[in-house]
Amino acid sequence: MNLDHLIPILVSTVIAATPLIYAALGELVTERAGVLNLGVEGMMLVGAVAAFAAGIATGSLILAFIAGMLAATALSLLFAFLSLSLQTNQVATGLALTLFGIGLSAFVGRSYAGMPIERVPKLDIAGLSDLPVLGPLLLNYDLPVYLSIALYFAVQHFLTRSHAGLRLRACGESPAVAHAIGAPVIAIRYKAVMFGGAMSGIAGAYLSTALTPMWVEGLSAGRGWIALALVVFATWKPLRVLLGAYLFGGVTVMQLYAQGFGVAVPSEFLSMLPYAATIIVLVLICRDPKTILLNQPASLGKSFHPDA
Amino acid sequence: MSATAALPAPRLRLRGITKRYPGVVANEAIDLEVGVGEIHALLGENGAGKSTLMKIVYGVTRPDAGSIEWDGRRVSIASPAEARRLGIGMVFQHFALFETLTVAENIALAMDEPPKPAALAARIREVSEKYGLPIDPDRLTHSMSVGERQRVEIVRCLLQSPRLLIMDEPTSVLTPQAVLTLFETLRRLAVEGMSILYISHKLDEIRALCDRATVLRGGRCCGTAIPREESNASLARLMIGGELKACQLVPRTPGEIELELTNLSVATRDPFGTPLDGLNLRVRSGEIVGIAGVSGNGQKELLAALSGETLSPHGGMVRIGGQPAGRLDPLQRRALGFGFVPEERLGRGAVPLMSLADNALLTGASAGMVRHGLIRRPVMNRFARETIAAFTVKCSSEQALAGSLSGGNLQKFIVGRETRLNPKLLVVAQPTWGVDIGAALLIRQALIDLRDRGVALLVISEELDELFMICDRIAVIAQGRLSPTMATGELSVERVGVLMAGGVSVAEAADVAA
Amino acid sequence: MSPPDSLRRRLWPFRLERRATPSAAMRLASPLIAATAMALTGLVVFLILGQDPLTAFRVFFLAPLGGSYEVGELLLKASPLMLCALGLAIGFKANVWNIGAEGQLIVGGIAGSAVALFGSDALGTLTLPLMLLAGALGGMAWAAIPAFLRTRFHTNEILVSLMLVYIAQQLLGYLVHGPWKDPAGYNFPQSRAFAEAAILPALVEGTRVTGAWPLALLLAVLAWLFTSRTHAGYRMQVAGQAPAAALYAGFSDKRNIWLALLVGGGMAGLAGISEVAGPIGLLQAVISPGYGFAAIIVAFVGRLHPFGIVLASLLMSLLYLGGETAQVELQLPSSITGLFQGSLLFYLLAADLFIGFRLRRIPRPVTP
Repeated sequence: MNLDHLIPILVSTVIAATPLIYAALGELVTERAGVLNLGVEGMMLVGAVAAFAAGIATGSLILAFIAGMLAATALSLLFAFLSLSLQTNQVATGLALTLFGIGLSAFVGRSYAGMPIERVPKLDIAGLSDLPVLGPLLLNYDLPVYLSIALYFAVQHFLTRSHAGLRLRACGESPAVAHAIGAPVIAIRYKAVMFGGAMSGIAGAYLSTALTPMWVEGLSAGRGWIALALVVFATWKPLRVLLGAYLFGGVTVMQLYAQGFGVAVPSEFLSMLPYAATIIVLVLICRDPKTILLNQPASLGKSFHPDA
Repeated sequence: MSATAALPAPRLRLRGITKRYPGVVANEAIDLEVGVGEIHALLGENGAGKSTLMKIVYGVTRPDAGSIEWDGRRVSIASPAEARRLGIGMVFQHFALFETLTVAENIALAMDEPPKPAALAARIREVSEKYGLPIDPDRLTHSMSVGERQRVEIVRCLLQSPRLLIMDEPTSVLTPQAVLTLFETLRRLAVEGMSILYISHKLDEIRALCDRATVLRGGRCCGTAIPREESNASLARLMIGGELKACQLVPRTPGEIELELTNLSVATRDPFGTPLDGLNLRVRSGEIVGIAGVSGNGQKELLAALSGETLSPHGGMVRIGGQPAGRLDPLQRRALGFGFVPEERLGRGAVPLMSLADNALLTGASAGMVRHGLIRRPVMNRFARETIAAFTVKCSSEQALAGSLSGGNLQKFIVGRETRLNPKLLVVAQPTWGVDIGAALLIRQALIDLRDRGVALLVISEELDELFMICDRIAVIAQGRLSPTMATGELSVERVGVLMAGGVSVAEAADVAA
Repeated sequence: MSPPDSLRRRLWPFRLERRATPSAAMRLASPLIAATAMALTGLVVFLILGQDPLTAFRVFFLAPLGGSYEVGELLLKASPLMLCALGLAIGFKANVWNIGAEGQLIVGGIAGSAVALFGSDALGTLTLPLMLLAGALGGMAWAAIPAFLRTRFHTNEILVSLMLVYIAQQLLGYLVHGPWKDPAGYNFPQSRAFAEAAILPALVEGTRVTGAWPLALLLAVLAWLFTSRTHAGYRMQVAGQAPAAALYAGFSDKRNIWLALLVGGGMAGLAGISEVAGPIGLLQAVISPGYGFAAIIVAFVGRLHPFGIVLASLLMSLLYLGGETAQVELQLPSSITGLFQGSLLFYLLAADLFIGFRLRRIPRPVTP
């Protein structure tokens, strides 16, 4: 395989990884605050359909992304209200959110199925994007790709360097202790959940306006769940989310290219690859229970109420 | 300290504080005053409502009725953040520190607008030196001893320049020597005008340290006293409302070896746990052996290795009734006559949302409650009813949910269950932790009765007084190692204290020297 | 008191207070409250869609109960939901979150179909029982993967079982597009039709309901006996409610996980084969409209109790049928069903709060 083949594969990898980066970094922040939101898939779908609808209605891609973000945030707010204010079981509530999101997006999106939408344009940096190799490989993506990397730096800085990030992590380790030393646990967790929702919304918007600029039912095809697995794979560390997302992006893309190159394996088996890879990666990471014990926020998924 | 009289308004005044929980009144119409520069004791036995009251002052919980005055001004303390803004600091009984963070990070966490890391580290050093509380701002908390962690907590409070410092049972985690060091620090702070609210149920300490005491009993305020002018007995009368009864331990000759640990070493899965290092111990039938020690020195790991929740490297390291049991699971150990009362009642010793009858089945399957894989409710119900009667457990019936019982009553039920399953060897962790005096007496007597019936007992407790009361022999666990046992009669509290310090970490050794 | 706090108190002068004992009445009432809230939401949605709410309500919720054929359809759709939910509930009670029933259902359908496609000539009357057995075993085998990975490698069964749904869908797609495709089927992605001996007969003339319904009822009774009468069922409940207590008592974690997943997988597999051998009659690319996922909702709405699940599966089945009639008669999108199902679970979770808590007015602060 020569460079001419490799470059498009790498470029597609980066693009396929981008929605995973948004969704997984959002969920990472949520989980570091101690909240397990299994509704990523549902929020992504609702974000995708909202962005698509807004894009069709206004013709503005910026408004499309904002709509996707707002819709998914609204859904995450519902989750936050139930799981944080009403103390429902986080696993059950997250599942409910996904099932609801699948239903809602299918319902809203029915009239948009098959419609065309303008794709998010690639940046064209005055001449630079035309450079050989470097141009297509680094300088010819759409804006959300670059922003996803900026998001990584922001999340990394927030969690490790900022006071607010320290407090957020405290809520994930021990909400009772965080409350006792004066951190507003519920408010922090609300914000973390909403951040996760907003990022899932962007991920969804990217799916329906950039990755596959169209709407079909179940567009995300399990990417929300893969994002959840990525957070575990990354042992709750942002850098590893980034690397993991590119790894998964690569697996997805290889499967497409393998089909294109006429590899003698039925396409269905190639389509299984990302899901099988998720399982394998989970096994590798979880094999030693100490890895999880050391890195997982100690209070992940446990309800907390300051009055109790 | 006569500063109290100098100012018209006390620093803190509580009036008629009332807090009800479903089924319990934790605090009823409590009045309390703390003057400027006063060390004020809040005295009461477990379950008297001390912790609830302090949580109210610190804004963790809100009262149902009553008022709080701060420097003569009425305030409402809605959250710990608000309490700290007023100038109230609190050192928690179970420390509010994050293991994975450094000392400085832990301290910054509690500040609303922390200074730059370098400036903060300098301030930490400055304060810690001034009050003789040496700590290193850059150290990770999980590597620190309990005494050092308490210093971090105190320094964290002091950095906020509080005017009232609340200390919740601060000595329960300290060696007797470290207690003396702590008292010196507290006295120095009081001289500088800080008010200290000191919560304890240890009478000696209160008499040594405090200017005044408010005594709680059953959620009510039942009097104030000048501790220096009281005796232990008179304070105890105030606290309990009657005479303190002691248990009788009649000497008897122990029989066969029921539990034998031979060079028991177990690594730990928990990254912050304590590995066990070459433990040797023998417990014979008809004796009670106690294990003293500051919590976090391997007690949890030892209990898990005894119960079978963790397996030992070799079967012979743990022998029950002479049989190698180190590789057996908990059920197989029970079949050898092993019984166990764990430290955590709700969620471990009992399932909160199940009835007492259902909880009887938790460990009672061998007592005829299961036949051919099917459970036999009548047997469970009868067993639970008899346990309730024999141990005077206060509950509506055997169908009451375990979670609805008070700590003391649930502990009586669990001890009763384990006792009535006829163990040859019973291991009990913290038998009376958080239990009212009446229940504590009953439980201790039940353990002594078992001993007199020829059962071998191993009691692990942080309460030295208790161990001295009921044990024939005592060993001390420190840093995952166990001292040889010593006959209780030939042992002094000071000697146990030195052993508890373990003499392993340098910092802890400094505590001993001080 | 800070201003936002006092404002909050004026707007919402209540606070949640934990009940001393969970309310048994609320435990029963909360699914009813949730169903009512969902129906009210339905009215609002119909209004927004420009429908006469009462007509739409009638079409959606009442028309599917119109006659014996309709009731038959209700039971037909309720059967796979009930089968899946019964198995899931046993796992959920033990804190084992198998959410891949959809995949186990598909693999059960595939395994049973293998018997029908390749053995029905030789097996005769044994065909159907062996198909059901193969279906259950297929579902179990698929569920054994997350069980093995969780007990051996500590992987999260939620993610693994869910990933296996996508893999199962691809596997089914491969079979009906490839080796199992009916050569005489005009290139449709489906197998040849099952022989008569491999089809579950209708129980009642004029309906499509099959023996899967009484089988599911029987299994509901067995599930109830298992949870309430056996020591194994008790051990699983302890593990779910208080994992530390289960460890203390020496109940094997691994055994619970295996049992929960195998039972859940087996029941889902049965559901799969009873669909394929029942109303569908052949293997095709899609054999379930998401029964395995809807069963999660059924399990919760049914309070994880076998008899509750029987009722909840009927309600969910009604929602599926309502979606279909609404599509035919009112031209509403059938995906409205998913919307109702999701909101039903939300309402239930919210209403469940009042099992453990009650709302109390915040006492006014005493004025000095």
